[in-house]
Amino acid sequence: MVAISKIATGNGHGEDSPYFDGWKAYETNPFHPIDRPDGVIQMGLAENQLCFNFIKKWVMEHPEASLCSAEGVNKFKETALFQDYHGMPEFREAVAKFMGKVRGGRVKFDPDRIVMSGGATGAHEMVAFCLADPGEAFLVPSPYYPGFDRDLRWRTGVELVPVVCESSNNFKITRAALEAAYEKAKEANLRVKGLLITNPSNPLGTILDRDTLKGIVKFINEKNIHLIGDEIYAATVFMEPEFVSISEIIEEVECNRDLIHIVYSLSKDMGFPGFRVGIVYSYNDAVVSCARKMSSFGLVSSQTQHLIATMLSDDDFVDSFIVESKEQLFKRHEYFTLSLSQVGIGSLKSNAGLFIWMDLRKLLKEKTFDAEMDLWRVIINEVKLNVSPGSSFHCDEPGWFRVCFANMDENTMEVALLRITTFMHKHNEAMAPRKLCRRASLKLSLSRRRDDFMSQNMMSPHSPIPQSPLVRART
Amino acid sequence: MGLLSRKATCNTHGQDSSYFLGWQEYEKNPYNEVNNPNGIIQMGLAENQLCLDLLEPWLMKNPDALGLKRDGISIFKELALFQDYNGFPAFKRALVDFMGEIRGNKVSFDPNHVVLTAGATSANETLMFCLADQGDAFLLPTPYYPGFDRDLRWRTGVEIVPIHCTSSNGFKVTLPAIEQAYRQAQKRKLRVKGVLITNPSNPLGTTMARDELDLLINFIEDKQIHLISDEIYSGTVFTSPSFVSVMEVLKDRDLDQTQVWERVHIVYSLSKDLGLPGFRVGAIYSNDPVVVSAATKMSSFGLVSSQTQYLLSAMLLDKKFTKEYMSENHKRLQKQQKDLVAGLEKAGIRCLDSNAGLFCWVDMRHLLKSNTFEAEMELWQKIVYHVKINISPGSSCHCIEPGWFRVCFANMSESTLKLAIQRLKSFVSSIGMKSQNHQELKSLRRKSRNNWVFRLSLQSFYDREQDATTKVSFSYRPHFMSLSNIAATLDAAA
Repeated sequence: MVAISKIATGNGHGEDSPYFDGWKAYETNPFHPIDRPDGVIQMGLAENQLCFNFIKKWVMEHPEASLCSAEGVNKFKETALFQDYHGMPEFREAVAKFMGKVRGGRVKFDPDRIVMSGGATGAHEMVAFCLADPGEAFLVPSPYYPGFDRDLRWRTGVELVPVVCESSNNFKITRAALEAAYEKAKEANLRVKGLLITNPSNPLGTILDRDTLKGIVKFINEKNIHLIGDEIYAATVFMEPEFVSISEIIEEVECNRDLIHIVYSLSKDMGFPGFRVGIVYSYNDAVVSCARKMSSFGLVSSQTQHLIATMLSDDDFVDSFIVESKEQLFKRHEYFTLSLSQVGIGSLKSNAGLFIWMDLRKLLKEKTFDAEMDLWRVIINEVKLNVSPGSSFHCDEPGWFRVCFANMDENTMEVALLRITTFMHKHNEAMAPRKLCRRASLKLSLSRRRDDFMSQNMMSPHSPIPQSPLVRART
Repeated sequence: MGLLSRKATCNTHGQDSSYFLGWQEYEKNPYNEVNNPNGIIQMGLAENQLCLDLLEPWLMKNPDALGLKRDGISIFKELALFQDYNGFPAFKRALVDFMGEIRGNKVSFDPNHVVLTAGATSANETLMFCLADQGDAFLLPTPYYPGFDRDLRWRTGVEIVPIHCTSSNGFKVTLPAIEQAYRQAQKRKLRVKGVLITNPSNPLGTTMARDELDLLINFIEDKQIHLISDEIYSGTVFTSPSFVSVMEVLKDRDLDQTQVWERVHIVYSLSKDLGLPGFRVGAIYSNDPVVVSAATKMSSFGLVSSQTQYLLSAMLLDKKFTKEYMSENHKRLQKQQKDLVAGLEKAGIRCLDSNAGLFCWVDMRHLLKSNTFEAEMELWQKIVYHVKINISPGSSCHCIEPGWFRVCFANMSESTLKLAIQRLKSFVSSIGMKSQNHQELKSLRRKSRNNWVFRLSLQSFYDREQDATTKVSFSYRPHFMSLSNIAATLDAAA
């Protein structure tokens, strides 16, 4: 009997990863402050829920954006019929302007290079289809977003080769690591077509510094491979250092622009994952042309294009939103990391994203991924928090976990922190009795352990300054 | 450049087809009643614009739907965050009820078997990814929608093998044609994974008869392959025979809950029936849980905006409204189609008898200089550039007989349709004058010879019969032209 396709029956969809198992655990027993106070708290979903009141107010005050006004209803017919894959001009202009503002006005984006896609998910797959044939490969610095395994590989047949980044230097992307990955691909007979970087990084929450970016641009030009910059977290940079986009770097260094492509979306920066607004921005005309044709498979609903065009054309709203969003993210990040550090949990120093890269290496029974999985199961089943284990991000070192903090209200955050505190106290008590027979060295060993946690390289800053200069500045 | 993929540099995107070139010409010079009355009239785009005015009062009466509110309270946040690829439950329920209603409730659909996609474009591609590997093939009756060349083949690597249908039997699918296509695929060493039909048909505008559907079901049962029924025009059936879905036939034959039941899949969309192509609402319906599961995961690449799911769930849940809308939709489609058919007939152009769709399949074979596709292209270019109407040539739909064109009628007002018909009539008359003159001359020469002979014999008759009551009918008088008139006509034809 002729069955269905290999793609459909295989597991290239990537959903067997523990990244998704945790979600399933959450879905079978989701936390609710009243109905299910012992349920699992979702800290594995990178969503931005901190600014909805701000946005909602604007939506209520602007019914024309939802086609609700008298003129709006007239516009309904025009909108309902609009299926041109170029996208509404006002939509492209508004998105291009927004992208520029998010980069502090340091770079301008051309609305004619904006191509729509079904979210960033659709954008990544589309870029892979445009740039690579089945069997070819992209390099991706690890740890990286688990969804890439599906988005870039599943239906395209493209391979991913990790550029291994290590905690010893805060997961920087080094030239050596890039070269090593490139060689590895060569050895495996894979033709490398490009390098995909996520900046700001998911799961690290950090941004790439100027020198690293310049080094990357140099590398891809030398190897004549594409550079795809996933910048979907660009507006979540809540603290210095300031975000530097590839679009800025290519103005500063020699670069073949035909190799440069940006993936963008409104799912993280604005908190609109449901609206499926994905963008491919390429400096390569042939890619723009091809991607535009492919965008037929995932156009943005014209109803949504209209809403976004109206919203993002409102300069006052956009300027205020960007500031408000940074402020809310900064406050939440600060509070969360400070509270964690007070119970001896450290995380990678970060200034962006909707999550932190939490360091639980000290809690592992042994330095193995099995031990990481054991710990993860404890966190899900006993602490009742869904966090994402580092192995699902292809981290090469066990013990790291991505923990999202922007997808819940303050009360839920308190509950989560209470659970973590309780767990850590239990853990510390469990550890303490073993030290009783070595009382003499107790103080020393305890303080040494505190120093490890408090190591400046690893700790997120609990700065004495309550508000960062970045937040106080008006864009 | 060698730096891009093969997919990016090939032309399987199909945009070099005359189907799309015609659109481009239209875009350069689009007709507008006020601003550009001499522009090109778009009759190459199958859009349903006839009932959108009915949506406006509904929207005014139901402001929560567009306003993203529930009972007057904003649910903006809830919708903005909703990205579950299983889709909005209320929307799926409303959609399956709507689909059932269109099929006269002779079949009912389970919302858990629905996968939402960004338009039928995405649905068709996703089904290919689920059912076929690269290099496999699907059989498609011709003529078919030109977009299939892109949607089914481009990124999937799946091949299309045509099942050729001809005007000899109204382009119906026959067993010999299907078998011939299957053999052709085997010759090309392609593994056939299934058949894809469009019912109602684009570009024919006809619904499939039960016996055709039976034929197809028997065939896929025998070969143990899939059947995809693209039913995106099911709500545009404006006159009898009424629409029969393949699901209905399976049910009537007690084939539900059998293996073949799991190999029949439906593609649906709201772009044609409701006239909402901009909202990108497509759906796959399958009874195979593995297909539903795989397609659901794939739908991540093209989900329906939650904003749109919410609006349309409210609209489709208002069953009184949808019933009235669809009834009025059918009335208006029928009138517009009748006007087009009648207008074309006056110009001596016939259409395939149709009962559905947003277009007619028009027979212009008699206007071709020769029975070739070159002649079809020549005629098409004249119609686009000189008559200023964009229509779609049959060759772009893979029709094997030259001379057929798809002409859309539901994307314009009555007055624009009248104008288009007027332009075509004038065009046909001018060709007709030339060819009629040509023909007339030929027959004139013949007739004048005959008349001459007849006059001679008449004269002799008269000569023989001097009876005033004996009169000969001169019913052929119009053909009896004086020699001087013949000479004048010859000059005009030159």
